[in-house]
Amino acid sequence: MSILGNRVLRKEDQKFLTTGGTYVEDVPLEGAVHIVYVRSPMAHARIRSIETSEALESPGVVAVFTAQDIDLDPMPPGAPFANRAMTRPWLADGVVRFVGDMVAAVVADTRERAVDGAELVFVDYETLTPVVDASTAADNPTLVHEDAGTNVVLRLPDDFVSAGIEQVAAEVDLFEGCDVVIRQRMVNQRVAPCPLEVRASAAKWEDGHLTQWSTTQAPHSVKDTLVQLFELQPDQVRVIAPDVGGGFGAKIGGYPEELFVAWVSRRIDRPARWVETRSESMMTLGHGRGQIQEAELGGTRDGKLLGYKLTITQDAGAYPNFGAFLPVMTRLMLTGVYDITKTEFSSCSVATNTNPTVAYRGAGRPEATAAIERMVDIFADEIGMDPAELRRKNLIGKECFPFTTAVGTTYDIGDYEQALDRVLEAAGYAELREEQRQRRDSGDTKQMGIGLSTYVEVTNGIPGSEFGAVEVLADGKARVRTGTSPHGQGHVTAWAMLVADQLGIPVEDVEVIHGDTDEVPRGVGTFGSKSLQSGGVAVHQAAERVVEKAKKLVADLLEANPNDIELDKENRRFHVAGTPSVTKSWAELVEASGDAGLSAEVDFAAPGPTFPFGAHIVVAEVDTETGHVSLERIIAVDDAGRLMNPLIAEGQVHGGLAQGVAQALMEEMCYDDQGNPITANLADYAFVSAAELPSFETHPMETPTPINPLGAKGIGESGTIGSTPAVQNAVVDALSHLGVRHVDMPTTPIRVWSAIKEAKGDR
Amino acid sequence: MIPVAFDYVRAESLDEAIAALSEHGDEAKLLAGGHSLLPLMKLRLGTPSVLVDIGRLSELSFVRDEDTYIAIGALTRHHDVQHDTIVLREAPLLAAVAGRIGDPQVRHRGTIGGSLAHADPASDLPGAVLALDGTLVARGPAGDREIPASEFFKGFLETTLAPSEVLVEIRVPKGTTGHSYQKFVRRSQDWAIVGVAVARVNGHVGVSLVNVASTPVRATAVEQALASGASAADAAEQAAEGLEPTGDANATPEFRRHLARVLTRRGLVEAGL
Repeated sequence: MSILGNRVLRKEDQKFLTTGGTYVEDVPLEGAVHIVYVRSPMAHARIRSIETSEALESPGVVAVFTAQDIDLDPMPPGAPFANRAMTRPWLADGVVRFVGDMVAAVVADTRERAVDGAELVFVDYETLTPVVDASTAADNPTLVHEDAGTNVVLRLPDDFVSAGIEQVAAEVDLFEGCDVVIRQRMVNQRVAPCPLEVRASAAKWEDGHLTQWSTTQAPHSVKDTLVQLFELQPDQVRVIAPDVGGGFGAKIGGYPEELFVAWVSRRIDRPARWVETRSESMMTLGHGRGQIQEAELGGTRDGKLLGYKLTITQDAGAYPNFGAFLPVMTRLMLTGVYDITKTEFSSCSVATNTNPTVAYRGAGRPEATAAIERMVDIFADEIGMDPAELRRKNLIGKECFPFTTAVGTTYDIGDYEQALDRVLEAAGYAELREEQRQRRDSGDTKQMGIGLSTYVEVTNGIPGSEFGAVEVLADGKARVRTGTSPHGQGHVTAWAMLVADQLGIPVEDVEVIHGDTDEVPRGVGTFGSKSLQSGGVAVHQAAERVVEKAKKLVADLLEANPNDIELDKENRRFHVAGTPSVTKSWAELVEASGDAGLSAEVDFAAPGPTFPFGAHIVVAEVDTETGHVSLERIIAVDDAGRLMNPLIAEGQVHGGLAQGVAQALMEEMCYDDQGNPITANLADYAFVSAAELPSFETHPMETPTPINPLGAKGIGESGTIGSTPAVQNAVVDALSHLGVRHVDMPTTPIRVWSAIKEAKGDR
Repeated sequence: MIPVAFDYVRAESLDEAIAALSEHGDEAKLLAGGHSLLPLMKLRLGTPSVLVDIGRLSELSFVRDEDTYIAIGALTRHHDVQHDTIVLREAPLLAAVAGRIGDPQVRHRGTIGGSLAHADPASDLPGAVLALDGTLVARGPAGDREIPASEFFKGFLETTLAPSEVLVEIRVPKGTTGHSYQKFVRRSQDWAIVGVAVARVNGHVGVSLVNVASTPVRATAVEQALASGASAADAAEQAAEGLEPTGDANATPEFRRHLARVLTRRGLVEAGL
């Protein structure tokens, strides 16, 4: 029996739960200097002067660098299509563009002395008007980057049309035949990713070779950037991502803070390191989301949805990064699980004097789901139809796959109605509605809301291959090298299971090497829920090839036909079919293979992305006197195809649900009108805790994808994508009988209380 | 998150602590649980040049049942206040309030004296001691001084303690017949957006409000209304009387006043009024 599909405990957890693993900050680096960046306290200002002499005299300070010292080209822009005039300099060159922008780097023999030195760098600023509000940034005469001549970073579809990527769309009468068209403005607010481990970086040079340690989700791409920046040969750069404590998308790219460490190290000819504080991380690690959405949804009174329009303003922050590109992902999933034939989409990504936005758990897809799921609920309310029923009427049928949506996205496979049925049944939907009716009748202060969401998302969406290698060692154990870069996902266990499944070598005897570009020749990394269906498949196929090679070898040794060789996985020995008494072990085969060894490498490129889906129901209790929301139940049906390890998949769902709930209820990265971050620590920023969450009711569903041999889709982001609108819908549902139609996220007490007051006409 | 350099003195006795405070004056700060002071120092918002650590003065950690009141040593941890049988029996409001502070780790480190002396208007215990008409005992070079809770809190993070005084004991009256602490938070471990402490002690009802002013305040209009026979609901309508709370990301002044009224009503009802 295969080990796949079993709830195997994670091998890596013992160290994480005891000694804590080895993170960048733990890497010993003799004689290393410490870097502390002096950051701008102003959102937008011209730098008149920077006075560094006192800092240089401060005990232990080795050097202080400002923009004029740097002889290195800036990092390539993180946003495709970005205006080059918006490229981020290493250190602010004349103008600071957000609170946290780096102005100087103070280098000292200890971190403490670097912090003291940084306090003695005096910067004279001339205040400029900040651009804080994304919704008006495109027309704001104040420019974040004067040389760019505009605050617009990327316009869709215009910029794609002019780049020749797509055609001008034909004019359609979007709402032809609609009895009802509803409109709603929604804010998908900016959030802080808050990984448990903040960013850290270390660098050392030896004989022209650079070794760089980074808290990254994609070490090979960091290596490519370093090779390019320092004009080195690939074999002169080694990037190591040791244990990494979470990333959520925000650690995909290399940040200037991290890569600049290599420049400092070379310049002063000493190893160098940097680690940020939590406040620094909240303020300057890329933020997520940040969309303002204007949506229109039209359909008939009997519940057929016909036309959908979404217009987005995306806040890219001061130096456009992947955040500027998020609307492309939002458009990809525009109509979700619904068969809506006419659509219109446009977006405008803008620069503002705030921290740049990047990918964050779901990256553009949660924004799409939040918009359509809210609109479907508002539409249901408008025509007086149960939201579950309206959804059912418009779901793409399971017989329609592969299905190409109105925006041209082709979904691999799905059974959305079954997911909906399962979640309704698990929740006891009819009884919940009855209980809600009774509560409403009683006029109870605490009202009950039932929120639904049916979602589909795209995983492994970026074309390309991922590397996986399997090698059997002399002692009969196995070693995997993978291009994925786990930072909490459990690849060490999952990849070992894939090898155990093929080779029979037990999970505990399979070593998994990742996150070191010298040990793993190629790799893409871990993001976008891609790892199992790319890197995992590569490992699976490499293991298959190792077994094939082994069978040939056994056939040679036993003078038999390779087709007659069998692997007894339980005893880890090969034999000729029918004669189990003569066997060869893995160790014997490795010895027999001589210098060639027994190994295989695979670069697996999936023929396309996969589209996990599911349905969530959230039951909320809303205190109508105070606006406080508490969650009573979260019921989640998630289908990520075939599950290799349901325990790990469930963990991903749990984390995803928590993060989705957090965005819907609590989290928001706020700036005041001068561009000062006002939620840049964990006291002010309402990071969710276990106490605010009910026990999760998860119900896995497995519809294998035909896209890859494992039948697996991604699971890392689904929980977040499905749960966020379910929570928001539950909050609004609790209040809909009071006349409340929409409450923006996060649905904080003051927002809920104000919405009730407004609905009562009591402003 | 690295404080400015400072000197550290470990006090082996209360007298040593007072001597150190007398020597260094304003430059010195007492370190007990450290849960308010150390974050301020790490953010360099607080820069004392000397820390006088009283964490090992076990003589300051006690709960005693005196004749008409209970006495709690300033160094008693929140966790111990929460679970102490004397407190639970004689001043259950304090136990309930202590159990709502932060999270278990905070409650095992933070001290009642530290919380009161830090005088954060958003903290829970100051409001509770105020509602209970407690008395604070401070010891300085000249000996002990008793300060009524109503005279202790002077302003934001400011008390009437002299620089060389150490808060040593908190006294609250026995005879509670009803109590409630209504803490309105978004997350369980947060500071109160608004908090209301209610204590019925020996026939008198004390009501105090947390995080609606620069200090915890008594809801005197509510107390007077109750004394003249108003119902809990009617009395609670007076809760925002004279309040001018500030606004922040969690609440506008208007919302804070509204919460003060709602939570006061709920608190009075829970206290049996």
